Amino acid sequence: MKIRVKLFAAAQETIGRDEITVELEEPANIAQLRLRLSQEYPKLAPLVSKSMFAIDNQYAQEDSPLSENAEVACIPPVSGG
Amino acid sequence: MIELTQSTIDTSKILKEVASSDAGATVLFLGTTRRTTDHLVTELLTYTAYEPMAREQMARLEDQARRRWPLQNCVLVHRLGEVAIGEASVAVAVSSGHRRAAFEAASWLIDILKETVPVWKREHWNTGQAAWVHPGVERSSGDVTP
Repeated sequence: MKIRVKLFAAAQETIGRDEITVELEEPANIAQLRLRLSQEYPKLAPLVSKSMFAIDNQYAQEDSPLSENAEVACIPPVSGG
Repeated sequence: MIELTQSTIDTSKILKEVASSDAGATVLFLGTTRRTTDHLVTELLTYTAYEPMAREQMARLEDQARRRWPLQNCVLVHRLGEVAIGEASVAVAVSSGHRRAAFEAASWLIDILKETVPVWKREHWNTGQAAWVHPGVERSSGDVTP
């Protein structure tokens, strides 16, 4: 399945796009997405290893399942305030 | 009340919003942009957010605070876009019957907001360079742009 991943801040700047698509075999979870992103985009790897992920606007766990129509986002360490 | 805004944070509007005739205490916290971080001199900050999630997350934090403390009102505001040095980038305001709950709730809210709300700042230094701030991630030279 195709998972579209939203990118922000340094992740967006590193790749030069605000969204990327990765192909994952079903069933897939956040841990598998994290691994695939690091492999396909080595420049993102240091940031991806420290990032959280969100599914449909909620923080997800490593074992949270992914589905093709979910809104997935890579959330690098936040720095609001 | 939850707000993400491109405009100056209006504290009198926030205080009006949290006012309650049942409140004996109102606490307003403002986070303001600082010129120096370690040896770097910042001239301007820009903030960006994953806006729909930031709003939802701020609303969840307000709900959690209301369950934990007897609050009359609660306002969370974060500024986005360019923010000059010395201006407020975030505001937390709560009102409660008594001061202890108001102090505790405001303190908890700003801490958890800074840890969990998907907002990022970019520091623009006096060297003409700029970089995103990601606590705990080592900056590589490629992250610093002219």
